[in-house]
Amino acid sequence: MKEHLRPAITLLALLTIITGVIYPLTATGLAQVLFPHRVNGSLIVIDGKTYGSEFIGQQFDDPKYFWGRPSAAGYDASASSGSNFGPMNPSLEEVAQARIDALQAADPNNPLPIPVDLVTASASGLDPHISVASALYQVGRVASARGLSEAEVTSLVEKYTEGRQFGIFGEPRVNVLLLNLALDGLQ
Amino acid sequence: MNLYTWLQLIIYFGILLLLVKPLGAYMAKVYQNERLALDPILGPVERFIYRLSGIDSRTEMTWKTYAVAMLVFNIIGLIFVYALQRLQGFLLLNPQGLGAVPPDSAWNTAVSFASNTNWQGYGGETTMSYLTQMLGMAVQNFVSAATGMAVLAALIRGITRHTTKEIGNFWVDMTRSVLYILFPLSLVLALVLVSQGVVQTLSEYKSVTSLQSGETQLIAVGPAASQVAIKQLGTNGGGFFNVNSSHPLENPTPFSNFLEMLSILLIPAALCYTFGKMVGDTRQGWALLTVMTIIFAALLSVAVWSEQGGNPMFAKLGVDQMQSAMNPGGNMEGKEVRFGIVNSALWATATTAASNGSVNSMHDSFMPLGGLVPMWLMQLGEIIYGGVGSGLYGMLAFVIIAVFVSGLMVGRTPEYLGKKIEAYEMKMASIVILIPVMLVLIGTAVALTTEAGRATIHNPSAHGFSEVLYAFSSAGNNNGSAFAGLGANTPFYNIALGIAMLIARYWLAIPVLAIAGSLANKKKVPASAGTLPTHTPLFIVWVIGVIIIVGALSFLPALALGPIVEHLMIFG
Repeated sequence: MKEHLRPAITLLALLTIITGVIYPLTATGLAQVLFPHRVNGSLIVIDGKTYGSEFIGQQFDDPKYFWGRPSAAGYDASASSGSNFGPMNPSLEEVAQARIDALQAADPNNPLPIPVDLVTASASGLDPHISVASALYQVGRVASARGLSEAEVTSLVEKYTEGRQFGIFGEPRVNVLLLNLALDGLQ
Repeated sequence: MNLYTWLQLIIYFGILLLLVKPLGAYMAKVYQNERLALDPILGPVERFIYRLSGIDSRTEMTWKTYAVAMLVFNIIGLIFVYALQRLQGFLLLNPQGLGAVPPDSAWNTAVSFASNTNWQGYGGETTMSYLTQMLGMAVQNFVSAATGMAVLAALIRGITRHTTKEIGNFWVDMTRSVLYILFPLSLVLALVLVSQGVVQTLSEYKSVTSLQSGETQLIAVGPAASQVAIKQLGTNGGGFFNVNSSHPLENPTPFSNFLEMLSILLIPAALCYTFGKMVGDTRQGWALLTVMTIIFAALLSVAVWSEQGGNPMFAKLGVDQMQSAMNPGGNMEGKEVRFGIVNSALWATATTAASNGSVNSMHDSFMPLGGLVPMWLMQLGEIIYGGVGSGLYGMLAFVIIAVFVSGLMVGRTPEYLGKKIEAYEMKMASIVILIPVMLVLIGTAVALTTEAGRATIHNPSAHGFSEVLYAFSSAGNNNGSAFAGLGANTPFYNIALGIAMLIARYWLAIPVLAIAGSLANKKKVPASAGTLPTHTPLFIVWVIGVIIIVGALSFLPALALGPIVEHLMIFG
């Protein structure tokens, strides 16, 4: 037992230096040089003003903006969280119904079915994306709120639609913040 | 299940299986002290470590010495992580000024990271300073993984050697696992993850101006990529942020997601080849990998099917859950759009097959059968790939049981790879299999019969039961994932789950080392006509049968009260 103390303590100290100091600092140093935009959160800076991160969603509930995923974290990017509602939880049905009501109140004549990602909370509470179907669902509302034609808004949606990565991975999606920045003429 | 669902699954398995042989062969060299391409760079570091620590790398240990060294090293690590959390308020690299972690939570987290469980009762960005994350969490990610790999290496040596008491040197196995396997793989992965958008910085959180409201949004950042890389590769799973790899700055793109998912199973799968290589018959390794992959594929298809099927409650509300080129469809509660259903279900299955426990979706919000899959994979004992090292040594315990039972059936003394399997090995293997079962079932029962255990259940009815069963399945098998609705950061759960994690890790590792010592001491029995070959399809099916029967008999009653009854309530 006692003969193990020296190797145990020294080895832990040395491995702490290697994996706890050298490793993260090397990774940070290399990453700062190779990907300076990425390391700090891929922030969107326009004319000196920082509007957010391209990977972090924001709260949108004004009819003139596209709305993102419902967030259990209220889009607080310093305290990420999902809803953790089970599939039978009555609260899940309640909040989903409230979201449906809000979407329909803002756009009463929309004949399209509401896509599921627009009424369900994301895992992180910070999902920056919605499905293409969810973006197209909102085109009519955004267009009329802004006095634009639906074709103009649709073409913007298409511009900000990301396909599957390398044509295979993930799901086709629309980045809500980037799209809304473009609508405001900021992109 | 459209074309892209299949394509992504096939590519995942294809690339994983392609990497098994090269990485497995490389790791065999690491544990057989052969020359490696990285020797010119890391060799001097390795020798410097031995010199400073007073380690004689040529002397080997008996199984008892090996076990004591492993325990001493782990206990000191555990105390260090505990102290670090308690004192972080006075230390540097704490730009958010986070205070001391409360004692019960600090104990739970220290055990959790030392035991390679990485259960998280706390929220990373609101609790742990950068220093604690780096010197505490990240270091334990490396050394707890290396501990599992070392114990496996010792067991394999026990199988291959004969009439000796020596099964290797713990310090050497620990050092070489970290230096030659985990460190280089993690560094490369960390950089690729940053290229996708994972943050890696020591600066304070970022303040930005929200577009619609004009209010400030505070974005948590930190040295995440380096930690994410090792937490995936070392089957640790402890997230940098609260929501783990569903956080967009921890897992920003479908490609970062693919790499992180691949890293979950990479080392555990490749260790099967390492095993085959070291016992001198790679077919033995492929056979075990086949057992794992068949069970994995079967359960994966249940998870994908269940989640893609969606929630009838949403259908009732008129919501569109149909999968199409424009809509991921399915049960999207607690899932991210960029991953969709297939990558969420695949991750959930992989992370619980391996004892990883990281998540990219909220398992608590899965459909009942979608949630049953990860729960049962943990309950099988974390042997379907399993933790790095610990998965394969757990699987070998099942193999010993399978060999023994088949030996009884034909009335011959059972043997495995030239070693007689006798009462001592059977006893130890039974302990390895039964202790987690006991921890899960007793833990769940205690929690449900006490006010403290019931008080923080989040979901009503059968799902609430599932939350508690999931928590003890996770802790009692060193997984670390959660039905995260359960409020687990309470003294009751911090202490109870801490005890479960501690027992699940070390009361399994010690009997495994005892088996290693016992096997090493035996004579080699030459194979004869009566020897049961352990690489054939028949044996593969037999081992699968043993695993499923043990897993089903132990947990079917508990599962019936949780996910199964919930499924019947929704669809029945």
